[in-house]
Amino acid sequence: MVANSPFSRMFGRSPIGPIQEHISKAHECAEQLLPFIDAAMAGDWEEAKRLQKALSALEEEADRLKKNVRLSLPKSLFLPVPRNDLLDIVTVQDKVANRAKDIAGLMLGRQMMVPAPLQGAFRRYLERSIETSAQAVKAIHELDELLETGFRGREVSVVEAMIEELDKIEGDTDDLQVALRRALFKMEQDLPPVDVMFLYRVIDWVGDLADRASRVGSRLQLLLAR
Amino acid sequence: MSIIAEHATLLLAMACLFGFFMAWGVGANDVANAMGTSVGSKALTVKQAIIIAIIFEFAGAFLAGGEVTATIRKGIIDPSLLADTPELLVYGMLASLLAAGIWLLVATHFGWPVSTTHSIVGAIVGFAAVGISMEAVAWGKVGTIAASWVVSPLLAGTIGFFTFMSVQRLVLDTKNPFESAQRYVPMYIFIVAFLISMVTMVKGLKHITAFKALNLNFFHDAMISVGIATLVTLIGISMLRKIKMVPSENKDFHFTSVEKLFGVLMMFTACAMAFAHGSNDVANAVGPLAAVASIVSSGGEIGAKSAMPMWVLLLGGGGIVAGLVMYGHKVIATIGTNITELTPSRGFAATLAAAATVVLASGTGLPISTTHTLVGAVLGVGIARGIGALNLRVIGTIFMSWIVTLPAGAGLAILFFFLFKGIFS
Repeated sequence: MVANSPFSRMFGRSPIGPIQEHISKAHECAEQLLPFIDAAMAGDWEEAKRLQKALSALEEEADRLKKNVRLSLPKSLFLPVPRNDLLDIVTVQDKVANRAKDIAGLMLGRQMMVPAPLQGAFRRYLERSIETSAQAVKAIHELDELLETGFRGREVSVVEAMIEELDKIEGDTDDLQVALRRALFKMEQDLPPVDVMFLYRVIDWVGDLADRASRVGSRLQLLLAR
Repeated sequence: MSIIAEHATLLLAMACLFGFFMAWGVGANDVANAMGTSVGSKALTVKQAIIIAIIFEFAGAFLAGGEVTATIRKGIIDPSLLADTPELLVYGMLASLLAAGIWLLVATHFGWPVSTTHSIVGAIVGFAAVGISMEAVAWGKVGTIAASWVVSPLLAGTIGFFTFMSVQRLVLDTKNPFESAQRYVPMYIFIVAFLISMVTMVKGLKHITAFKALNLNFFHDAMISVGIATLVTLIGISMLRKIKMVPSENKDFHFTSVEKLFGVLMMFTACAMAFAHGSNDVANAVGPLAAVASIVSSGGEIGAKSAMPMWVLLLGGGGIVAGLVMYGHKVIATIGTNITELTPSRGFAATLAAAATVVLASGTGLPISTTHTLVGAVLGVGIARGIGALNLRVIGTIFMSWIVTLPAGAGLAILFFFLFKGIFS
């Protein structure tokens, strides 16, 4: 008799699930960088190319999810938190995926080699940067618990602790970046200048990745601050 | 008067038929809104929801439906003006039943949100104002009823808001929500049970003669209600005990076990909601029938004092059960699967608020719209930041139906009124 009751249509689809899905996908992009760098540092450009393609596909997927979230948040939706804050979170999250794609694209395009003495430090730096993104995912996945408690109280402190941890990890990447730059500076006159220039840029972007992931945390913090 | 005597059996049979038809419509359609939240939050299966609905809708109609029936029967129209022409009242009530029933059926078919209450009140006011005279309508009472349509969602929203806030404070936002839920859910069960039994004792059982003989005062009522509520709470506690914390299921979502406890509570509020719905909406359907029955049985005298025949409420309860059995399960299943956003902790707050409001209004004899009260309650929980997303545009449509249903019910009733008048005289 009734196929589409107005009473059940009254409930919009909560944007929280899609937002979490999106950050998980963005994080997958970042994670993909690790095997890519390993292949690149080993000089296996066939494999690196394959991994870069996969990363690119993941980034497109994240883009699609981002659009999904945006379209499912019409102005007529009544949400427990400001709509703009949720949209901002998605925008920032998406930039993590974009940066991961940039890094892989640049390194593959120029067939960049990380100098052997720097490889260990570089990998550690990238790992830590990806951990920042992992922590952001963890924090965003608390959103449904936050909804359950009405975005207040004890759960808020849990998430705030997570965001603090996120900032700490991001701080680590800064230190690692400084150390890596210093090491590169010491050996830069023995390397082709253009390569060095781009290596600095890649180092910069890896730091950027962590920075963007930590900005997801700041956005989440804004959502809780009231 | 001769017309009534001449066609007494026919008129009564028509009234029964139309009344049953409308109660059937209420059962087929409206009940789903009351039970859908419980099914949607997985607190109940469709089958359990149907069984609960049957038992408690019937109980609500039979035990607590008397006051609203009385209002519909004799509160809206000033009977003194019709003392000389009782047949007009009979035609009008028949027309109102048929109009409201048909409007309900049409609207349900197209998926429009309509309210039983609004269609029947609109129909009665319509035929009385146009078919008889503007003075025949007791505008003061109609004004009160109309005001209650605004007040009831607001009240339900407020109760919903504070209920959910209390759930957050007492249970969700604590160190160990599972233990807190074990402790506080019985308290909510007690409140629900006490409320229902209190209204039944004070307002509902008045028309059952066996109870009148007991001559209970307010204090007795309260004591008995406390007793019943304690008993219900004990049952609830034993059900809660069976639910154990399963750490593995809380991995993704920390509140899974807690929500299961609220699922138990939801079962009780669903009973309350069905009861409240029965007391209010079934009464809407049988009110006009009761009016016809009393006129016909007294041979044309519009007795404002005559007692309401018991079989009228029984017929209404029967109609709603028939509707439920035939169609309700389908509707509940569709609505139930769509409402996944409403977790038991929210669903319970919304239904408790709506049920409380409806039961209280039914006790005072005000016919209010169950659906709109429930919408108000859900909004209240939403304002307490409890619901992921509410579609304000749809809520706008629902509120629009307030206005549309009144003239629609009135128009159809006027049409049928003149039709019956033409046929019989």
